[in-house]
Amino acid sequence: MTVHMGRKWHMGQKVSRNDGVGLPDGLRRAGALLLALGLGVAACGSSGSVGVDEAATSDADGATTGTGEACGAEATKVGFLYVGPKDDFGYNQAAYEAAVAMGEATGLEVLHAENVPETVEDAVPVMEDMIAQGTTILFPTSFGHFGPAVEIAKLHPEVCVVHQGQLESSLEDGPLDNLGTYFSSVFEPVYVAGIAAGTVTETNTLGYVYAFPIPQTLQNINAFTLGAQSVNPDVSVIAVSTADWCDPAKQAQAAQTLLDQDADVITQHQDCTKTIIETAEAAGAYSVGYHYDASELAPDGWLTGSDWAWTDLYTDIVETMVAGEFVTSPYNGDYRIGYRDVEAPFVAFQPSTFGAAITSDLKAKLEEAIAAFEADEDGDGIGDFNVFDGPIEDRDGTVRIEDGVSPDYVELDGFFSEPWFVAGVEGSLG
Amino acid sequence: MIEAILVGAVRGGTSLVFATVGETIAERSGVLNLGVEGSMLAGALAAYAIGIETGNPYLGVVAGLVAGGLLSRVHAFMVLRRRANQVATGLAVTFLGLGATSLFGQGYVSQGVEPLEALAIPGLSELPVLGSLLFDHDALTYLSFGLPFAAWWLLFRTGLGLRIRAAGERPLVLETMGTSPERVRWIAVSIGGALAGVGGAQLATAFAKTWSEDMIAGRGFIAVALVIFAGWNPRLAFAGAYLFSGAVAFQLELQARGTEISIFVLDAIPYVTVLAVLALLSRRRKHAAPEALDAVFGVDRRFA
Repeated sequence: MTVHMGRKWHMGQKVSRNDGVGLPDGLRRAGALLLALGLGVAACGSSGSVGVDEAATSDADGATTGTGEACGAEATKVGFLYVGPKDDFGYNQAAYEAAVAMGEATGLEVLHAENVPETVEDAVPVMEDMIAQGTTILFPTSFGHFGPAVEIAKLHPEVCVVHQGQLESSLEDGPLDNLGTYFSSVFEPVYVAGIAAGTVTETNTLGYVYAFPIPQTLQNINAFTLGAQSVNPDVSVIAVSTADWCDPAKQAQAAQTLLDQDADVITQHQDCTKTIIETAEAAGAYSVGYHYDASELAPDGWLTGSDWAWTDLYTDIVETMVAGEFVTSPYNGDYRIGYRDVEAPFVAFQPSTFGAAITSDLKAKLEEAIAAFEADEDGDGIGDFNVFDGPIEDRDGTVRIEDGVSPDYVELDGFFSEPWFVAGVEGSLG
Repeated sequence: MIEAILVGAVRGGTSLVFATVGETIAERSGVLNLGVEGSMLAGALAAYAIGIETGNPYLGVVAGLVAGGLLSRVHAFMVLRRRANQVATGLAVTFLGLGATSLFGQGYVSQGVEPLEALAIPGLSELPVLGSLLFDHDALTYLSFGLPFAAWWLLFRTGLGLRIRAAGERPLVLETMGTSPERVRWIAVSIGGALAGVGGAQLATAFAKTWSEDMIAGRGFIAVALVIFAGWNPRLAFAGAYLFSGAVAFQLELQARGTEISIFVLDAIPYVTVLAVLALLSRRRKHAAPEALDAVFGVDRRFA
């Protein structure tokens, strides 16, 4: 599936190394093109020996590829793709900073490409460029980078590709040995933030700015609402979409629309978060952050938020690949991590700094909510509290998650393959 | 709801008013500049960066004006000196602006800036509806209220305006009078780019209060469409700009009120609105276009 969304232009991309000395994109691309042409000529000269690739991809159970090496084994370079700028106070900044920290922890060189559109035409050449520079591990980090990621994984069995956000099991023609997906149940801290928002609101109206009705976003909006309703049954959440991951001017208008509807807590699922937080702060409303701790932008109204903390997960994934153990690891498939993984050594998110509006009573309540996820009375290794335990009805009264059903992190996306909101969410839906 | 849409139209439309008026002046001289988007980006980044470096957002606006004007002079150089194709050059200038601002803007993404504060007019800003509609804005928005009239006065009541219009209609006549149409076009394109730069500056420092790559997101091209929409009359720049951003506010209002319509359809409303109005007006507008643009648009007046 190719998802076309987000950035419209092609020239905004930049490829740069983490030391900050990067060639302009055009030069790099031209270099990659020349290299590719050179390889093409070389391949033509010995046409009998090409075709190893196909043998490698069909190697179903082994940890080896056609060249006898597992993908990413003894890698020296890791490439990261971001859909937006690396300092957006949001999703991309969180991924970028964790990638840099992973580079420091593993000693590998990390290549970064910002503003990579979510199309095959744009993202594939960027990854080819990185591969031409010797990169054997790729992290395409945006939801819509999945299509291009699958293309690259098929073309380069020696390269490990791990995608952030999608499910490998969604591939129609089966899983690949050198492809994996991972994500984190960030809707859990979003639920906790919902408790904070539901407690402090005076108008009982919360505002949510989102981009597209993808499963992650729908889980977040619903979890936020359920969290708020758990402490305040009268609360409602108004959701509006900007149909863009980062269009600050539209964000300003969307936030204003929510404030006009009397929302006094504003939160969001956007890649760049600054404009919305500042608009809320200027209007005297509370802010709940997302992706990244932006508390400094809202000294008065900041409540909390959900930050990504990818470093440990990135490091573990890369170390697994370097050791040549990717194929047999849980990362070669649908990997999900969250509070309810009681035995997992790390989670990939954390609640943001608590703001001044969080009283000590409320803070205790929030910590209690986090503890509820992690409590494991029956000792099955899975936390007892699940935000999406059935029965859950959508706002039209249709049962979406049956009574007795407790979806795990991987199953959950399936319940949101078509968009729905729980009762209490107002606003239009894809 | 009406009030929210009207206020949204003015707040979101101000940058478009600047860009549309600017492009009207350029096109009146006979030059189509599709580099408006690039000039807006240049203006946005320059204003944001200089605002941060100096701590004075008004100096930032001046920088935005200069940056937008300078980038449009690349277009002017290419089409006036090198006789390059106006459409292709304009697009190239937009991409140049996009690439350059992405590169030089890296260090400024989401940095804190001293924004252009809203200056509420005491008393008047307390009025119901009109207060928030007209009297509670940043300085550039107040300026934008007068700009279309000033541009009209420039074009139709001054010698320079006469020369600009002559360059756009009958450059030969201007040449015969001893004035170089090329020179007049340089001036008009520069003014246009500078105003687009101010529009970008308003978007970055007063409205969104942030810098991020590609933050103009196509508004420069909308401005080009709005020039035609307004029939090359700067006084009508308001109509298009406010209609477009009013439509954005309208679709957000619809969303907030829980319509059943898909967000993707709602998101298209502002663009469809502009298209619909253009389709309705285009026959009537044909003769309003400066004659020198005929070559660019490929219009043969014998059949128009």
